[in-house]
Amino acid sequence: MAVWESSAADISPPAVAHAPSWATTVDHKQIGILYIVTSLVFLAVGGLEALVIRAQLWKPDSHLVGPEVFNQMFTMHGTTMIFFVVMPMLFGFGNYLVPLMIGARDMAFPRLNAFSYWMFAFGGAVTYLSFLAGGAPDVGWFAYAPLTEYAFSRGTSTDYWILGILISGIGTLATAVNLVTTILTMRAPGMSLGKVPLFVWMMMFDGILLIFALPPVTAAIIMLLLDRSLGAHFFDTQAGGSAILWQHLFWFFGHPEVYVMALPAFGIISEVVPVFSRKVIFGYESVAAATVAIGVLSMGVWAHHMFTVGMSDALDAIFSGASFLIAVPTGIKMFNWIATIYGGKLVLASPMLFALGFLAMFLIGGLTGIMLAAVPIDWQVSDTYFVVGHFHYVLFGGSLFAIMAAFYYWFPKATGRMMDERLARWQFWLMLAGFNLTFFPMHIAGLLGMPRRIYTYSADRGWTIWNQLSTVGAAMLAVCFAVFFWNLFDSVRRGAPAGDDPWDAWTLEWATTSPPAPYNFEQIPLVRSRRPLWDLKHPEDPDWEHES
Amino acid sequence: MNDASLTSGIATARALDGGSGAADLDATHRTHVGMVCFLCSEAAFFGTLIVAYLTYLGASKSGPTPAEVLSLPLVIAGTAALVASSVTVHLAHAALRAGRAGTFRTWLAATIILGALFLVGTAVEWHELIFEHGLTISRNLFGTTYFTLVGFHGLHVTVGLLLLTLMFCLSLPGFVSQRHSDGFDVISWYWHFVDSVWIVVFAVVYVFGR
Ligand code: HEM
Ligand SMILES: [Cu+2]
Repeated sequence: MAVWESSAADISPPAVAHAPSWATTVDHKQIGILYIVTSLVFLAVGGLEALVIRAQLWKPDSHLVGPEVFNQMFTMHGTTMIFFVVMPMLFGFGNYLVPLMIGARDMAFPRLNAFSYWMFAFGGAVTYLSFLAGGAPDVGWFAYAPLTEYAFSRGTSTDYWILGILISGIGTLATAVNLVTTILTMRAPGMSLGKVPLFVWMMMFDGILLIFALPPVTAAIIMLLLDRSLGAHFFDTQAGGSAILWQHLFWFFGHPEVYVMALPAFGIISEVVPVFSRKVIFGYESVAAATVAIGVLSMGVWAHHMFTVGMSDALDAIFSGASFLIAVPTGIKMFNWIATIYGGKLVLASPMLFALGFLAMFLIGGLTGIMLAAVPIDWQVSDTYFVVGHFHYVLFGGSLFAIMAAFYYWFPKATGRMMDERLARWQFWLMLAGFNLTFFPMHIAGLLGMPRRIYTYSADRGWTIWNQLSTVGAAMLAVCFAVFFWNLFDSVRRGAPAGDDPWDAWTLEWATTSPPAPYNFEQIPLVRSRRPLWDLKHPEDPDWEHES
Repeated sequence: MNDASLTSGIATARALDGGSGAADLDATHRTHVGMVCFLCSEAAFFGTLIVAYLTYLGASKSGPTPAEVLSLPLVIAGTAALVASSVTVHLAHAALRAGRAGTFRTWLAATIILGALFLVGTAVEWHELIFEHGLTISRNLFGTTYFTLVGFHGLHVTVGLLLLTLMFCLSLPGFVSQRHSDGFDVISWYWHFVDSVWIVVFAVVYVFGR
């Protein structure tokens, strides 16, 4: 069948071949790659900032960088990782894959799509230009008011933070609208919403979540800007303004944002796990339904970030209970993935390795999350390194492991070449070891009372050894990412030819050439089940005979 | 790709597509869905500004207070104009759908005038507030929240007016016809949305908040 045949001679240089110009492109695949490459640059920068933090904390009473630079480093690290690495990276994959997976030729609004990318790049650039304008933001990635009010944060660094987030936020919102519209209106004939790949399903709820969660923080940031530049009083406690309002508005976005980063990761896992277990995903409907439940619930738990500001006991109890509830749909997904693996014919290629890594690490992050949702525990460990350990297990263990699985899984589609498996394995084990070495000791340091965001500590606290373990782990992670970058760089040039469908997968993106032509599909395919390529390859036992 | 079973959908796809006219329909469908998503996010944005307004109601440490300075007659007139403009934009839309270009232009012009009257009302009100009562965004929390909420609404009215005016100018040389009535949908939805937001703002600021 012509679909699967592809000889080395066919391989054109990845994607670039048909690029009129990367600067003016409106093709979703090129925009997706632009997103991904740009966020990789930010990943390197954010990683370097993390290394500075870890180097500073290597020994007690260290004066490597000093408090001012330390504050800038953790602020820029957190801001970069959330807004300029994980979110745009996932949007990059979403952009690249969603139209291919639903058998469409492009996104619903291609020009708006390009606009989104450039707003993200511009927003990131503005945030970083602060370094040249007298100092980077140093108020934490959640920019708590009134610390961020002009009275306490002179100079322009906070304004750069505000403008950078505002600008990239506009792009994010446009992407959300674009994704939802694309998925709702551009599916191939026969592909009902109950037949789209789970990645697509999750990107749609990602968009819906953003549409409701992003505007409140945008409004809050505008209020802060008005306070700082026009002397308004929203967060000015002297004039009756409220410090708590900022926290409510910020976390009303900030918590769902965790799921904005997690849902696409779940989507990636839901694609990778079945293919490499050689089984249909267990409980497609329940995975999809759990996505909806997570989306709805995640909008109602934001104040679990505020147990220590002194809300009423009743509010504490409500938000604690709601947070526990989220464990239910998340647990359902976990069970579905594990049930898919169970009894499957496992293929332990690199995407599957990272997916398994995701399952284990995200589980630990989820469990410490449940601990933090219990108010008395949170009162003890809030703003200690326990929390830093927890959210890195979720964000790094969750999102980045899934993102790595995505890279190894879809790289052949985008470039027509395979990534190197040997390097992939090196990277995986370095990442797993380095990751746990970095972040597990943080839980212990936190339980021993080490507050987050301190730039140094004295030797008699008993924190030294845990910090040193973390710093060694961070160095391992640096090596791991160096291996990854080398693998990407080298495989683009010299990777083995991949062919159209190297993993023997089942979703539509594998039905077209690698890399796909600008128009994706010569002919729009007809879809009759959730695994259109399975049907194609197994006419004797097609899925649609079993699916209702 | 030339495999029979995967592309046997082409026939179906064509049937669903039904030629170029249906492709147009697809495009308007997309615009509609996109606009609904956008308006949802706008609703969340205004919702936040309103929550902030309500949070700070009566929290100002010094005057003036809403009851002292907000003038009802002016704002009621403005509100009437804006509500009426929702009706006229609807009539314009209906005329366009029926292919009556002249009627369309007339109602469109009426909408623009009514919208502009609303903005003039706001301008007069702000002038009074600022120069007679000394209420500015930095005077107290009431000023802060009032100017932010009403200001952002006014900004949205202005954007709507620009869109409507653009449509009007395009309609003069006859560039707007029945074919565009689906496209005009989203502009009229936006306008209705801005009007609805105003009704909430009016209730919160001028009725409940006094
Ligand atoms: C490359 C490995 C990483 C290392 C070694 C690392 C290390 C750290 C450390 C030590 C802190 C605490 C700073 C402090 O509170 O004093 C921190 C904060 C933070 N990290 Fe990471 N991190 C890494 C990756 C990531 C990733 C992938 C994300 C997100 C997706 C992330 C998001 C954050 C956030 C949001 C903060 C909070 C910043 C703040 O307090 O304002 N980090 N990181
Ligand atoms: Cu949370």
